[in-house]
Amino acid sequence: MPYLDHAATTPVLPEVIDAMATALGRLGNPSSLHTSGRQARRAVEEARESLAAQLDARPSEVIFTSGGTESDNLAVKGIYLARRQADPRRRRVLISSVEHHAVLDSAQWLAEHEGAELVLLPVDGHGRVRPEALAAAIEDDPAAVALVSVMWANNEVGTIQPIRRLAELAREHGIPFHTDAVQAVGVLPVSFADSGVDAMTVTAHKLGGAYGTGALLLGRGVACAPVLHGGGQEREVRSGTLDVPGVVGFATAMALAVARRDGLAAGLTRLRTGLVDGVREVVPDAVLNGDPVHRLPGNAHLSFPGCEGDSLLMLLDARGIECSTGSACSAGVAQPSHVLLAMGADEARARGSLRLTLGHTSTEADVTAVLEAIGPVVERARRAGLATERVSS
Amino acid sequence: MRVLAAMSGGVDSAVAAARAVDAGWDVTGVHLALSKAPATLRTGSRGCCSLEDSHDARRAADVLGIPFYVWDFAERFQEDVIDDFVAEYAAGRTPNPCLRCNEKIKFAALLDRALALGFDAVVTGHHAKLVDGVLARSVDAAKDQSYVLAVLTPEQLRHAVFPLGDSTKAQVRAEAAARGLAVADKPDSHDICFIADGDTQAFLGSRIGSRPGDIVDSDGQVLGSHQGAFGFTVGQRRGLKLSRPSATGQPRYVLSIEPRTNTVVVGGAEELRVDVVRAERPVWLAEAAAGPFDCTVQLRAHGLTSPARIEPVPGGVVARLAEPQRGIAAGQALVMYDGDRVLGSATITTAERVATAEGAATAERAATAEAATAERAADAPSQATR
Repeated sequence: MPYLDHAATTPVLPEVIDAMATALGRLGNPSSLHTSGRQARRAVEEARESLAAQLDARPSEVIFTSGGTESDNLAVKGIYLARRQADPRRRRVLISSVEHHAVLDSAQWLAEHEGAELVLLPVDGHGRVRPEALAAAIEDDPAAVALVSVMWANNEVGTIQPIRRLAELAREHGIPFHTDAVQAVGVLPVSFADSGVDAMTVTAHKLGGAYGTGALLLGRGVACAPVLHGGGQEREVRSGTLDVPGVVGFATAMALAVARRDGLAAGLTRLRTGLVDGVREVVPDAVLNGDPVHRLPGNAHLSFPGCEGDSLLMLLDARGIECSTGSACSAGVAQPSHVLLAMGADEARARGSLRLTLGHTSTEADVTAVLEAIGPVVERARRAGLATERVSS
Repeated sequence: MRVLAAMSGGVDSAVAAARAVDAGWDVTGVHLALSKAPATLRTGSRGCCSLEDSHDARRAADVLGIPFYVWDFAERFQEDVIDDFVAEYAAGRTPNPCLRCNEKIKFAALLDRALALGFDAVVTGHHAKLVDGVLARSVDAAKDQSYVLAVLTPEQLRHAVFPLGDSTKAQVRAEAAARGLAVADKPDSHDICFIADGDTQAFLGSRIGSRPGDIVDSDGQVLGSHQGAFGFTVGQRRGLKLSRPSATGQPRYVLSIEPRTNTVVVGGAEELRVDVVRAERPVWLAEAAAGPFDCTVQLRAHGLTSPARIEPVPGGVVARLAEPQRGIAAGQALVMYDGDRVLGSATITTAERVATAEGAATAERAATAEAATAERAADAPSQATR
């Protein structure tokens, strides 16, 4: 069955399953002092060191969490609270208008409950944050900025942000910079040290690890208040018994993903180009959303004028092709994407879009299956769009 | 056959979808998201608009092994049902939002989209029958929903499937339990789904605002005042707050609402009895009648039936009731039945008292007792009847 939703989650690597199964069979709480505990601790610390090495970070900068959402919450809320504690004037939270909800809603929550002033950075038509925009936002009142958060690459439209340049701007004012790099790791070169960021969200299940394990890379000098209180694990920033198999699996997945990164990226770019060109051949008025150049290799995000994304998704699903209308949503209700709206798309274009994302198991046959189905599917969805339109007018 | 099963998250639509699967059809489940900002959990007897209801529908679809999607119809629902509901009350009528939802959403917006996407029909959990394409009452008289479906045209009904018409609600629940559907014992919904706390008056008040006017008797004498005619329904007794008792000391009831003068007319129980009902915009399920004919009419979602003689007039019908009725409100549907079969429907515009002089004495004795029944019905004028 053609699976084109790797941005939602990607198949777990067999090596990861083996490593996790072995770890699951071993007893021990890494916080215990006896032999079993020491063995568990060793497994965790080796995983931490391996992971740090792959991402060009120090082991002490790796804070294990339950995944991307928790890491984003911890970074945004924790850094805000610590910065405000140090200086009560620091209440401005600068984030891009195309952030994942884990960042967006955390910042919104701070605005509603902790007196934060939320500043949404505009993006251009390709979804990029222009460095001038960030510079201008900081300049409005640099001393009052608590933190900046801009994602490395967008989960919906695949646009890659100029992270180094943006982080540099924040650094000039001594402002901590967080980035959600969940979609970038494994397909783009990601170096925590070189990027100049102070905090970075990563997660296992987007690169062949298991669900439920992630990390926040947090610079040694970056103050961050805990969100989860308890036993004081993970630099007293994130309490909770460490998930040994999850952490071991994460490190295994990361090592393989980084080793295979360049080959995978080249292969995905080729497949993606074929997919986008092929779709446009069949549906000439399809619009590619996001940056045509600064783009995740496996991401094809397309709008089909006159169609509802819901209809497209259902019709493709009925033909065995799995994809998404945007980022997965718990409510299951398709709302026009805030990412597309921020990029200046109108509501119709935002509603009529599909996200096709390729990953490490994607093949030429997956692309062919989409190209064979997309013509009739779009035609049918368009008729349904018109039928609904006619009644309402 | 490819069918789209509309799944509210309730027991009826889950069993209806299950029966469609058993029939060997290719079934896809769809939950209609009707609110832009749905509540997380279901509260009280609201039946369909929370995320929990959406989850219940998804779980039922999982158990049946059918694809399931949530489609956003919030905007259409707002325009065609909620705005219409408020506008109708503001105009002095008593609308039935469930009827409007069937007419405009389930068997219009949803059906049109389903047909365009290659489906042959929409399946719902309504308690009603389709006998050779003719709408008829459910075997469960207490749960029968043919009244709120009677507004559908033959063309709409051609693409509708009601798998529950031959079962009672108790049978449906038992079947859901036997099939392992978790919604088997989910409570019935009673209130209007888009009014979260069930307080219709507050809902209308916040949208229509205060519109003070007089409460008068049928001679035009002012007996009191009101803050908005939308707060009153024909047949209502409580909450009139009249300063003077009636001459006879008998309770008084809302007889009618006059939107042009913004007055509420009240009178005794005997004045509530009407026997001529005018209705407009008829929908004929059979051939449009050429001349007068006899049938049974139903004038409210639950109850209020009477034998009647129907006279087609330009743009509508006039029904002469053999048994005078109380609590007939403009805006409700008049549905015409031949036995259990629906002949057609129309929207009530006025109800009058004409020819009950003979037999009035006997009617009078029964009046107070009957009025009490009408009053109870009027307390829940637009009960959920999806």
